[in-house]
Amino acid sequence: MASVLRFRKLCYVESAVKCTSVGYESFEIDEKLDKKEEDVLSANNFALEINKKRKQPKRQPKEWRCLDSCCWIIGYLCTTWWLLLFFYHCLPVTLLRVPELPGPGVKLKREGLTALHPVVLVPGIVTGGLELWEGRPCADGLFRKRLWGGGSFTQIFKRPLCLLEHLSLHYETGLDPQGIRVRAVPGLVGADYFAPGYFVWAVLIENLAKIGYEGKNLHMAAYDWRLSFQNTEIRDHALTRLKSKIELMYISNGYKKVVAVPHSMGVIYFLHFLKWVETPPPMGGGGGPGWCAKHIKAVMNIGPAFLGVPKAVSNLFSAEGKDVSYIRAMAPGVFDSEILGLQTFERVMRMARTWDSIVSLLPKGGEVIWGNMDRSPEEGHVCDFSKKSHSKTSLTTNNVNNSEVKRGFLVKDLANYGRIISFGKPASVLHSSKLPTADSKEFSRTSTSENFNNFSCGEAWTEYDEMSRQSIQHVAADKAYTTTTLLDLLRFVAPKMMRRAEAHFSHGIAENLDDPKYNHYKYWSNPLETKLSDAPDMEIYCMYGVGIPTERSYVYKLSPNSRCKSIPYQIDNSVHGEDGSCLKGGVYFADGDESVPVLSAGFMCAKGWRGRTRFNPSGIATYIREYRHKPPTSLMEGRGIESGSHVDIMGNFALIEDIMRVAAGATGDEIGGDQIHSNIIKMSERINLGL
Amino acid sequence: MSSLRRRKPINESSDSKHKEEEEDEDHDDVDAVGDDDVNGKNKKTPSKIKKKRGEKPPKQPKWSCMDTCCWFIGCICITWWLLLFLYNAMPASFPQYVTEAITGPLPDPPGVKLKKEGLEAKHPVVFVPGIVTGGLELWEGRECAEGLFRKRLWGGTFGEVYKRPLCWVEHMSLDNETGLDPCGIRVRPVSGLVAADYFAPGYFVWAVLIANLARIGYEDKTMYMAAYDWRLSFQNTEVRDQTLSRIKSNIELLVATNGGRKVVVIPHSMGVLYFLHFMKWVEAPAPMGGGGGPDWCSKHIKAVVNIGGPFLGVPKAIAGLFSAEAKDIAVARALAPGFLDNDIFQFQTLQHVMRMSRTWDSTMSMIPRGGNTIWGGLDWSPEEGNSCAKKREKKNETQIADQAGSENAVCKAKSANYGRIISFGKDVAEASSSDIERIDFRGAIKGHSAANTTCRDVWTEYHDMGFAGIKAVAEYKTYTADSLVDLLHFVAPKMMARGTAHFSYGVADNLDDPKYKHYKYWSNPLETRLPNAPDMEIYSLYGVGLPTERAYVYKLSPHAECSIPFKIDTSADDEDTCLRDGVYSVDGDETVPVLSAGFMCAKGWRGKTRFNPSGIRTYIREYNHLPPANLLEGRGTLSGAHVDIMGNFALIEDVIRIAAGASGEELGGDQVYSKIFNWSEKINLQLVHISILLRLFIFLEVSISI
Repeated sequence: MASVLRFRKLCYVESAVKCTSVGYESFEIDEKLDKKEEDVLSANNFALEINKKRKQPKRQPKEWRCLDSCCWIIGYLCTTWWLLLFFYHCLPVTLLRVPELPGPGVKLKREGLTALHPVVLVPGIVTGGLELWEGRPCADGLFRKRLWGGGSFTQIFKRPLCLLEHLSLHYETGLDPQGIRVRAVPGLVGADYFAPGYFVWAVLIENLAKIGYEGKNLHMAAYDWRLSFQNTEIRDHALTRLKSKIELMYISNGYKKVVAVPHSMGVIYFLHFLKWVETPPPMGGGGGPGWCAKHIKAVMNIGPAFLGVPKAVSNLFSAEGKDVSYIRAMAPGVFDSEILGLQTFERVMRMARTWDSIVSLLPKGGEVIWGNMDRSPEEGHVCDFSKKSHSKTSLTTNNVNNSEVKRGFLVKDLANYGRIISFGKPASVLHSSKLPTADSKEFSRTSTSENFNNFSCGEAWTEYDEMSRQSIQHVAADKAYTTTTLLDLLRFVAPKMMRRAEAHFSHGIAENLDDPKYNHYKYWSNPLETKLSDAPDMEIYCMYGVGIPTERSYVYKLSPNSRCKSIPYQIDNSVHGEDGSCLKGGVYFADGDESVPVLSAGFMCAKGWRGRTRFNPSGIATYIREYRHKPPTSLMEGRGIESGSHVDIMGNFALIEDIMRVAAGATGDEIGGDQIHSNIIKMSERINLGL
Repeated sequence: MSSLRRRKPINESSDSKHKEEEEDEDHDDVDAVGDDDVNGKNKKTPSKIKKKRGEKPPKQPKWSCMDTCCWFIGCICITWWLLLFLYNAMPASFPQYVTEAITGPLPDPPGVKLKKEGLEAKHPVVFVPGIVTGGLELWEGRECAEGLFRKRLWGGTFGEVYKRPLCWVEHMSLDNETGLDPCGIRVRPVSGLVAADYFAPGYFVWAVLIANLARIGYEDKTMYMAAYDWRLSFQNTEVRDQTLSRIKSNIELLVATNGGRKVVVIPHSMGVLYFLHFMKWVEAPAPMGGGGGPDWCSKHIKAVVNIGGPFLGVPKAIAGLFSAEAKDIAVARALAPGFLDNDIFQFQTLQHVMRMSRTWDSTMSMIPRGGNTIWGGLDWSPEEGNSCAKKREKKNETQIADQAGSENAVCKAKSANYGRIISFGKDVAEASSSDIERIDFRGAIKGHSAANTTCRDVWTEYHDMGFAGIKAVAEYKTYTADSLVDLLHFVAPKMMARGTAHFSYGVADNLDDPKYKHYKYWSNPLETRLPNAPDMEIYSLYGVGLPTERAYVYKLSPHAECSIPFKIDTSADDEDTCLRDGVYSVDGDETVPVLSAGFMCAKGWRGKTRFNPSGIRTYIREYNHLPPANLLEGRGTLSGAHVDIMGNFALIEDVIRIAAGASGEELGGDQVYSKIFNWSEKINLQLVHISILLRLFIFLEVSISI
């Protein structure tokens, strides 16, 4: 016992010595040291100890000070944690395994499916990883480390400005800035996980592997998604590499054609590739007119953004798209707060505007497809699904009431989806005759106005700085914009960006596809301005989720603070529709997969390419496979096996099963032809497009 | 304090209330002097304390050992976190400042230096990794490997071997009969540059070279890592994975997308043999080869820059196959020697490792080739007279000063018989050949296995041999390179049956013989011709100055029950003949002896020979090993060791210059430190084409008769 006590005292003394810096008086330590000696002398005599305590109450070694307690608690917690961890590791692996649902891979393997056709995966925007090959001094030590994707986001917190600089492209050329080389991560690792635990392709890859796929018949066509499509070829030879890979896989797998699985923007990238590969060399790949027919069995587009996404508009216009880039979905708090010194939005916007690829996602087809001031193909869309998924409880109680009320409102409060941007709620609701017309000619006149507020605005330079206050207000005065006038608007607010990007992308509808101008590569990624290649045996699938409210048009307002650095427009979050309306937080919603509206994903397969049309002269078969969104039923499911949202759909078992069946040799009719939940057919019928 | 006490309630009868009270006083006093926090706490709950106190015994452990421990751990944790935080908050360039402050300014890495000279990326570069350095990942496995899908089983974290060692061994093994995947298991090479840039975290292989190439403008589109499954025999990588086709297609792509500039190929270690195989394969006609046509190599390849190439095999492979004992045939064993030699697999580590590595066909590609002609017979070897003084110089410089003279003399008097690659007993290794009584083992009947009873599940072919067979092996006393192959046939018939279908170890007499069209000869430089590509260049870059295993002294293992019956006699030491722990060593890079790395470039292929009919130019670049000057240098920028040489600045500079377009002459031609030219001359290998000889002979005869 005595020894225990002594030990304790020693500890006290030690701790006191250790903690002198915190403020113990030095004489106290001396005293304690004395006492320690005494203790040693009288170690065996317990009574003496007690006496001493009586005599020298003040010297009694002391108290847990705050620091000690902290140490103690932390030590306690750590020890417990380690113990638990130890036990956890001691447990046999089998005991802890979550009873996993047998994935489609296992199921289909039992059915006897084996790998047949090689598979090419084409990732979409933002999901592909980017790594650094050459950088400025601030990025020291990041050589061949990921700047984007793959869980390197800790770096963003360490040196945000540096990373933004490295991820930006040159504003004029849309290629690398001087002295910076950022390249796509090649291989399957390029886009299997976006961040640790946030899968993109991983689930699909794993299931494909179950029936025998591996490195030799599975390829990830990684490309730098920031560049315009033709530039990926000019800078990285990405298209040539893809061509060579497909040819190699075709030959080395016993002359089996390839099944391509593009996702999101990868869809239009692959469309571009299909045109490129058959075009003669200087501009194209020189594969000859039969290349696609010879090498490609099917193109299985997942969440295709064929006709663009409205989200891209808001992103370019005000960097506000709810989540066109998943960063903001991943870390909303971070980017909305002001870690970058009051200019987060401006910097992000400036970076995003250097990326040509975003321009490829602007809505294509103009008013014919997306609707004009007064009509839109989605007219009469019922917006009750947002309620269903968000608040189930309230739904169960007022189920009946709700639907009745809603129907009542629908008549009054029709959303004018055609007006992609309107300033103020009235502008989005009023009949078109009451609105001032947006005249594109007007822009050209005002754009020359001198910019008198172009004084030093920090480094975050957006083209808004070059606009005068007058012209900013003038834009807002025009009230409402459709897809056609929207392009004029963007050309007005960001002339340089649009000039750069429009050399690579086009957003119109071709009148006459035989016009020789359509041989230029800028038309290749627009399905409305190119012919599909001559490959009658090929199949095109449009696979996408439905049942999630998707941004379709916006209500804007002028930004209140007119600081020189700020973006002068912002989405008017305060505008809400009445119950049952599709307007929420300044955004009109339509049916879709959270990013791509049904219209954009399904129209080409439903109408534009169905049968023999002028866009599809050889009559390639098209199939629509829709997947109704069901939120995960329990936490165990993670992001859900029946999800329909834009990225999570890659973990949708039904979709994976379809892909695997096709990869194993099935045709579209064998997997069940069309599977439609939305009213895409009706919508398409409303679109008046000469076919 | 009070809270702490409450956490440890002590239930004992009380007999000294007064003491408790006093202690309470103590507390109050101290509180008054010291901490306000605790004070507050105490005052809030005085009644509770007293209640507890009342129950307390005289000997209440106020600060138990447990508490101290916790406190201690807490302290450490806090310090650790603090340091971690500081480390993370530290600017990235900080370590460099420190290093520079201590050692003075570092020399520019070669990439930076050459960039200043104005070099730019020119020829695309292809890397061919060697054995064990390439990563392997799991694509399909048994239940025990669940959760490891597409995780690395080899390289990186090794799939956390320590968690499930047997499972890991099972997945890394190949099928013993076919040398391909076992049923239900698919382990595939990792693709891309990541496959072999780092072997394990922090242990670079190609990373330094890649980083330096990137400085002068190389990137993914101009670099390609030809990753292959290094466990398979070379032709099987094509059969199973179409790896050779992929390499061909990728090289063609690189040439096409880089304006028709030919590639520079950089194979390392076994990759050298693999690429030799590739060059023959790609020009061979289609069913067996790649069908690239006879001028494919001259069209697509500028230079082959072999790093540490075991052209003629490595003696280490013998020890590895014979008794799983090579000091470090697998870098893994060098990395964690204590780990693998331990008994984590319940006393059978070595057997498990041996069983696994014997299923790997590729290890057989490293068996010494060329037989006695190259490696020496019973009484001679090309390295004869090799002095070991140089090596000892490094080890104990103090001794050497006074002994140097005498030792050199001794060494000459008594030189090691390197030709005897395996000898049983030290005396046998040293005796002259006439004194050795050898009983031929080849005819010996393998006794019925007495030991094959309960050896658990570890199976090595030794169990089939029985005592008689083992004895016969030992009776033969000593083995040269020729008889070694027979020995391996004897002790591991199944493995060698598989291996000889894919590899050959001889010297060709007549290269025109149609049998040499078979792929098993393609990776043996002594049985193939180089492609017809007069503009190509072949470099052999390797380190010298490190003792390298060359021959072994074996003994019978004392307990011959379930274990490997032979082991290296680690007690055999002889300062004079370079014998150390049962291993005779010569000059080399720690794995590959100079002879194997340099002979082909020094003699076999030099000029127009029958192995090199088109006269491809060859260059030898040797790099003298210097250990790292201090710890900060890590594995050294002047190292000559087999893998560490990939970080040797001089070597990297050479490689970069070649990639940027320099020819061998511009680089400075040969750079030789060892006696490779002397040794090569001692090797009596006929290099002129046999038909030319015949013609000469006839000519002479005719002239004489006239």
